[in-house]
Amino acid sequence: MEDNRVIKTKDVNFFYGKFRALTDISMDFEKHRVTALIGPSGCGKSTLLRLLNRMNDLIDGTHVEGEVLFEGKNIYAPDVDPVEVRRRIGMVFQKPNPFPKSIFDNITYGPKLAGLGDRIELEALVEQSLRQAVLWDEVKDILGQSAMMLSGGQQQRLCIARALAMKPDVLLMDEPTSALDPISTAKIEELIQDLKKDYTIIIVTHNMQQAARISDMTGFFYLGKLIEYSATEKIFTRPDIKQTEDYITGRFG
Amino acid sequence: MTRKLKEILIRRIFFLFACVSILILGLIVTFLFREGIPIFRVVSVKEFLLGSEWYPTFDPPAFGIWPLIVGSFIVTSFSTLIAVPLGVLSAVYISEIAPRPVKEIAKPVIELLAGLPSVVLGFFGMVVLAPWLQDTFDLPTGLNIVNASLMLALMAIPTISSIAEDALYAVPREFKEASYALGATKSETILKVIVPSALSGISTAVILGMARAIGETMVVLMVAGGAAAIPESLFDSVRPMPASIAAEMGEAPFRSDHYHALFATGIVLFLLTLAFNLIADYVSHKFRETGSGTL
Repeated sequence: MEDNRVIKTKDVNFFYGKFRALTDISMDFEKHRVTALIGPSGCGKSTLLRLLNRMNDLIDGTHVEGEVLFEGKNIYAPDVDPVEVRRRIGMVFQKPNPFPKSIFDNITYGPKLAGLGDRIELEALVEQSLRQAVLWDEVKDILGQSAMMLSGGQQQRLCIARALAMKPDVLLMDEPTSALDPISTAKIEELIQDLKKDYTIIIVTHNMQQAARISDMTGFFYLGKLIEYSATEKIFTRPDIKQTEDYITGRFG
Repeated sequence: MTRKLKEILIRRIFFLFACVSILILGLIVTFLFREGIPIFRVVSVKEFLLGSEWYPTFDPPAFGIWPLIVGSFIVTSFSTLIAVPLGVLSAVYISEIAPRPVKEIAKPVIELLAGLPSVVLGFFGMVVLAPWLQDTFDLPTGLNIVNASLMLALMAIPTISSIAEDALYAVPREFKEASYALGATKSETILKVIVPSALSGISTAVILGMARAIGETMVVLMVAGGAAAIPESLFDSVRPMPASIAAEMGEAPFRSDHYHALFATGIVLFLLTLAFNLIADYVSHKFRETGSGTL
């Protein structure tokens, strides 16, 4: 039987200097599922997300204990190149962050670095990625223009397309709709539903309804600990733990 | 006093101070033109700018500042050629690569270089660099284009470096994160995202560095050698415009043709510096508004 758990964390602790931001996180993420990480600000959910593709390496004075297994291999093992990890585990950020380059160059940035040079292949990839991100029809005639001219929602879909162009296995999303209006948010939620056919998606969100709408699994974090992790439906209807219930019903957080 | 009255008074005071500096600048420019223009009753503008003979004290005198313009131009370009790579690369190193302790030492040291009085640099060029150049390359004099360019480059590096560093620092962290998240290495991120995003600021830094070099007087007066002739090699002496004005103003009789010619040289210098500043302003605005467009 094939192991469906594409990412597993084992007793992960994470420190900013002396501050312990995550305590003993053990969590499995299943293939072709949307997993939502929820919890109040500062609970460590974004930190965990950024651990999964080694983005936290970029912050000085941090260190990790425990293992993060991606397809069975610990991505924090000394022989692992974080660049390789990030090519296979893509990320979309809270604030849309297209490069101040053309739409075309935004999408081809990663693939070009990875060695793809053929113009025709690149063009096909741009179209494919933009179609996947449901942005193609809006921008197909202005691919040469600056990505900065797009609206916030379009920029965020461009960032998703840019991440998809790397053909990653996993897509990490750090509150991808928190800077967007409701219509753009709805578009991106719909997009996430489509994408889970091909990708494993892990999303951090502050929006409880969003987690309930789009995710299959939900993990609730509080003060750096994973309090409860199970099927979204269960978390939102009959959670096992009182803290989870209090948070979901809006009693704190 | 009512709050409203106070507010009006304060605004007036600030307005007054702003006016004072603009007024003074205006008066200086007016004065410069009033003292410079009369030379064009003696020579034509074309003869003045393109004439290749500068013999202001001969009889009859020759007022052609072309050799001075060439001197300024060559010394400025050559020093830019030296200062731009050094200034920009040190800015990249300080803002993106250096570990914190190195950064905390290197940054103030480079900025201190900007505070070095130019006469000290000139002194260094005269006493240390000139004899060395003379001996090493077997030259008649070590006071020449190479010497002046090196000294001017030393002066321009801190200007270029600190303005370029500000520009690099201002590149949003989000761009860097996006680049890393797409599997870019640090050097790829620097070359393909950070530097292009900061390009308008870096260009501004370069142009302001050049403006600093073209207007600098003391260094070129001391180490450029002072020959008012069109140079044939990089080891020839030249007489850039500021050096010429500084050296000759003391001996030019008040309101003589020579005096007016020096002021007219000042006008040329002023217009050149103004042009540099306008270009710097244009470059930084143009890129800022379009978000660097399609770099």
